[in-house]
Amino acid sequence: MTSQDFSLSSGRSLKRSQMSFKTLFSNVMTGIAFACAIIALIPLVALLYYLLINGFARLGPQLFTQLPPPPYQPTSPQFNTGGFGNAFIGTLMTVGIASAISIPFGVFASIFLSEFARDTKLADSINFFTNVLSGVPSIVMGVFAYGAIVLTTKSYSAMAAGVALAVLMLPTIVRTATEALESVPKELRQAAFGLGATNYQTILGVVLPAAIPGIITGVMLGVARAAGETAPVIFTALFNNFWNLDPWKPTATLSALVFNFAGTPYKNWQQLAWSAALVLVALVLIANILSRWITQRKR
Amino acid sequence: MTPNLESALQTDTVFRTDNLDIYYGSFKAVRDVTMEIPKNAITAFIGPSGCGKSTVIRCFNRLNDLIKSFHIDGKIFYKGQDLYASDVDPVEVRRQIGMVFQKPNPFPKSIYDNIAFGPRLLGYKGDMDELVERSIKSAALWDDVKDKLKSLGTDLSGGQQQRLCIARAIAVQPDVILMDEPCAALDPISTLKVEDLLQELKENYTIVIVTHNMQQASRSSDYTAFFNVQANEKGQRTGYIVEYDRTEVIFQSPKHKATQEYVSGRFG
Repeated sequence: MTSQDFSLSSGRSLKRSQMSFKTLFSNVMTGIAFACAIIALIPLVALLYYLLINGFARLGPQLFTQLPPPPYQPTSPQFNTGGFGNAFIGTLMTVGIASAISIPFGVFASIFLSEFARDTKLADSINFFTNVLSGVPSIVMGVFAYGAIVLTTKSYSAMAAGVALAVLMLPTIVRTATEALESVPKELRQAAFGLGATNYQTILGVVLPAAIPGIITGVMLGVARAAGETAPVIFTALFNNFWNLDPWKPTATLSALVFNFAGTPYKNWQQLAWSAALVLVALVLIANILSRWITQRKR
Repeated sequence: MTPNLESALQTDTVFRTDNLDIYYGSFKAVRDVTMEIPKNAITAFIGPSGCGKSTVIRCFNRLNDLIKSFHIDGKIFYKGQDLYASDVDPVEVRRQIGMVFQKPNPFPKSIYDNIAFGPRLLGYKGDMDELVERSIKSAALWDDVKDKLKSLGTDLSGGQQQRLCIARAIAVQPDVILMDEPCAALDPISTLKVEDLLQELKENYTIVIVTHNMQQASRSSDYTAFFNVQANEKGQRTGYIVEYDRTEVIFQSPKHKATQEYVSGRFG
């Protein structure tokens, strides 16, 4: 093609033609993609709407300070009394125990994986088993904790639920923390070694601080997942209608309360279940927002 | 290896290598390095890519130990001590022989903490503020950062970051500073600043610098080693020293044709 051919074709209009096939096709595809995005959001929005409508009515400070009430008829003057303070505390307690177990184990395991065993067969196999562990149904974790702790201590307990949730959180924490540690540039490690830092001084002084935002994100995701799990807690922590702070005694949790109360015919219990579900979702939301906020602030 | 060097070097030699071969696994990366590096001078390593200059410089502070398959044949002496003797602690070696890398690599910490990191490792008991200020001043960075010591070292410009890394290396008061292409990622003005800094630093330190920049070697170094690379029948490329002499000899009257061609820009 010579340059003259170009000068001839330059006379064509540069305006977009609305009716041409490629413009129409492009617009239709954009429309379909937009519609699919909206449809995907519907379940989430509907869920939040339902939770708010049904749970918001009972929301108030007494939810967190009072015990679950006995069943009342809607006509009873006491219909709107009672709360789930014990279950709220119980959820904090079981998740707290789970975090106290899984965070140190998970972070140290990921330090080992990324700093000492990177690209070895051992690391590969540990990663493989971590992935397997993350795919194990949560009820199996519950059975494990039931067999290992409930049967040996002869009591349902927050401790047993904590262990089940810890096993559940572990893969999430190990995977995200390992990723965060491995993404620390090797130049930073060399700089620390070049200054005469030992292996552990390099890891604690440079690598770990640089990876902290990523590690916190992983921990928050693990916590958020553990807080909402029901299957592993219903036959490890069981339930408790009263206040309990002893980790070796049966303990109420929010998820178990939703499970127990939602299916009853009592209207005031059903309402408490809605409110507990709303609080649970709020907890998960807060954990996610916190982790995002920490990650972004550090960058 | 060059007679006129030896008399000058005998008194104050910092490094002496003796038939040094460097391997990664069975691959011989560098062969037959025999050289002496004099005290309080700037010694430049030049040569085409892959000739092993960085590999050699990283042997001087045992940074290659971090690579599992690495090993050497031959000897490296640092002030008469065998650097690779079995009772030598690489951590101790790196405290006396500092390093500045090709890519500026400040820690994601404050400027102050970047400098104080090394001294804290050593358990420095003196006035930390004073040490930080002195180190930053010797790296000619004080006027740039004196009002923002608490801000992140990673927020500085590339040239400032590299001077911060030099200040960080100085803060542990090493004997030697190794520089692995310290200006490769810098603009010309920052490069000139670092070169000026080198001249000041050589009063107190021995400097070994790897550079791709021929002008830099001729402008700022006292001695220059020219490395080249040779492929064997299996295609493995092994680096070696072609010529090592005073910088003006290397650049004005080199003995080898390859050196002449390289410094005049005809290959590499």
